[in-house]
Amino acid sequence: MIPEIGLFVLFLALIIAAIQAVVPMVGAVRQDVYLMALGNRLAVIQFFLVTISFTSLIYAFVISDFSLLIVYNNSHSLKPLLYKISGVWGNHEGSMLLWVLILSMFGAALAIWGKNISPTLKARVLSVQSMIGVAFLAFILFTSNPFLRLNPVPSDGRGLNPVLQDPGLAFHPPLLYLGYVGYSMAFSFAVAALIEGKIDDKWGRWVRPWALAAWVFLTAGIALGSWWAYYELGWGGWWFWDPVENASFIPWLLGTALLHSSVVVEKREGFKNWTVLLAILTFSMSLLGTFLVRSGILTSVHTFATDPERGLFILLILFVTIGGALGLFAIRAPIIKNNFKFAPVSRESALLYNNLFLTIGCAIVLLGTLYPLFLEFASNGESKVSIGPPYFNITFLPIMIPLVAAIAVGPMLSWKRGVIGALYVKLLFAAGSCLITIFIVLILVPEGPTLAACSMGLAAWIAAGCLIEWASRIRLFNSKSITNTGRLIKSSKSANGMTLAHLGIAILIVGITGASAWQKEITTSMAIGETIKVNDYSLTLKKVQIGKGPNYNLERGTFSLIKSNNSAIIMHPERRYFPVARQATTEAAIKTTLLADFYLVIGESRDTIDNKNEWTVRFYINPMMFWLWLGVATMVLGGLLSLSDRRRGISIPVRKKA
Amino acid sequence: MKRFILIIPIIVFIIIIAVLSVMTLQTKEGRNPSIVPSALLGKEAPNIELPMLARNIPGGFKGSDLVGRVNIVNVFSSWCVPCLAEHPQISWLATNGFPIYAINHRDNVSDASNWLKKHGNPYFAVGFDPEGRASLEWGVGGVPETFIINASGIITYKHIGPITKEILKEKILPKLHEAKR
Repeated sequence: MIPEIGLFVLFLALIIAAIQAVVPMVGAVRQDVYLMALGNRLAVIQFFLVTISFTSLIYAFVISDFSLLIVYNNSHSLKPLLYKISGVWGNHEGSMLLWVLILSMFGAALAIWGKNISPTLKARVLSVQSMIGVAFLAFILFTSNPFLRLNPVPSDGRGLNPVLQDPGLAFHPPLLYLGYVGYSMAFSFAVAALIEGKIDDKWGRWVRPWALAAWVFLTAGIALGSWWAYYELGWGGWWFWDPVENASFIPWLLGTALLHSSVVVEKREGFKNWTVLLAILTFSMSLLGTFLVRSGILTSVHTFATDPERGLFILLILFVTIGGALGLFAIRAPIIKNNFKFAPVSRESALLYNNLFLTIGCAIVLLGTLYPLFLEFASNGESKVSIGPPYFNITFLPIMIPLVAAIAVGPMLSWKRGVIGALYVKLLFAAGSCLITIFIVLILVPEGPTLAACSMGLAAWIAAGCLIEWASRIRLFNSKSITNTGRLIKSSKSANGMTLAHLGIAILIVGITGASAWQKEITTSMAIGETIKVNDYSLTLKKVQIGKGPNYNLERGTFSLIKSNNSAIIMHPERRYFPVARQATTEAAIKTTLLADFYLVIGESRDTIDNKNEWTVRFYINPMMFWLWLGVATMVLGGLLSLSDRRRGISIPVRKKA
Repeated sequence: MKRFILIIPIIVFIIIIAVLSVMTLQTKEGRNPSIVPSALLGKEAPNIELPMLARNIPGGFKGSDLVGRVNIVNVFSSWCVPCLAEHPQISWLATNGFPIYAINHRDNVSDASNWLKKHGNPYFAVGFDPEGRASLEWGVGGVPETFIINASGIITYKHIGPITKEILKEKILPKLHEAKR
């Protein structure tokens, strides 16, 4: 009965969404206050209905109702409760329902919290948001019904893909979707503004919190996915330039550009058309990402549950939504007037520079991701290539270096006309920190590549630049120091958020550099009692036990890792075999310290010629991994701090005369 | 001019969508996205030396043996079920005048010898690769795999997976004739 309710309310949600797609828009055209206000209620009702539907699906998974096809295919009565719940979105139908849930949630959030937004714009935004909702609700109901029944009812389910039976799945897809779908708000704002034919500083101020929220979620979602791949796949790496990873990174790059360009709209009423285009493109890249993951037209280590048939439907939605928006852009953009000027050295120029490099970087990643498909298409299936890390390392990283190096300078420049001479002392200090850092790293790691030392220097340059800018903003070194604490408290949270996020980039660079330039990897086979040496470390295989988990069998190795004369660290990597799915997974043993991660994987065992048992063992030393995660966490915190700025969204401060 | 710039995004977008739809349609009709051809295509066969499997089985060969005529190199293991499925086609190729070299991938002497005794040995020479080292050089991802090498020792074609009768007729034989030219 409950699944039928879930299906029924989903139909109701489609009807409500269809009404919401039309009525507020009509209201905005006729200037009918009542019709426009109706949009708010419809958005909340839509969210409520989709929530009921989603909850009923979770319920079916929790009670293991195998009369539902989706539960039978993706769950098993012996599975722990957490994985029964996360199994809801570990498959196509459920994940699309989650997608729509988040889409309607953003609509409802705007209806409830967006009180200060001009009623006509808000009505149009809700209407556009609901058009996307109609497309995806129809997609679910007509091609991916999650509530299909089975007859006769099977006695037990087929289980979830073992790789997905991990706490990572509980949090990674919802966060990633919050990011992907969060950009639908920026998209709806952009389309609504194009329809209205008016973009001003207020529009910039209204769209920014949504773009920022989506950015925070997407950053956290990507990081969590990367972390999950790091400990679950057992390959010792955290980023593989895999198509599905790129699919989330492409909207991130554009979304980051959007975050910066919308500041110019807000403060200076500039870059209007460009910001609107970025908002449309960011969401289209999110849709493209959904398509690439769902359609299975590219090979990926992260693709589960693909279906080309449904891929075509997503492509159709993509075509209508984005094609429509870009068509509207081509027609309406000429009427939006940009009337602002800035000097070559100014905050505007710095933000333009930021956008330029982020967009080029995005184009490079997009090209590298789609190129194999285009080549296969152009050669009629004769030429197939796969594009891996070497391409991205050669093309993408050089674009990122000038981008991140500018982080130290950009925030110091003033609007309209900056004076580089005034920054001379500050930049000299930052450059000094950079050189000292390079020097120290070269002494501490004499064998490491010089480039790694330069990269650490780059991180120091950014961090120093950020801290100096922050110190001069709150006048840390001003003589009247009593007022400083007051200034710190009063100084805008959004500016402090920016500084924190930029510092996060510096920390992230430290992590990336260490983990890629100084990584050590050993693959070997070891018998019990055998010891291998890596740098100053010696690794001994003590024993291997066989055991049982809740729904798997396991082989558990006990290793001791000793550095020269210190005490031993005991590590327990596991290899799990899931009989229901007939699949094995590796559980790496990871020991994290401030300076390095020790990462150990145990593989298959085999008999040697003299009848001894040997296990394949992979051991990695990943320096600075901790800093990598800390850097991303700092970026997310910075975003959250900026988002919590009270001046955003709730009331519009009077614009200062420049 | 400005108008023109504004329609660039939608033009690029339509091209991308068009290509993606074609590829999705092909995927629906059986295109396998995961098959990536060997990086060795068009290059010389790796000159790694493979030892013989056992005294009574002709074998041991190295990359430089594969010149002077069109040769086939087939990767197999006794434990691999699809290898057995393609065995009749491999035997047919051998009796029809194509010399086939074998890389015996991650196997042991007794299992491999028994397998060849039981199902017949169509191979011109068998190279023993218990550790998979030669397979690594050849870029082998799994068993079975089959390479076609032309008279100058260049790899001209690689097939991943078992050779069925249809694949033999539609892919392997045309590629063998191509390699002869």
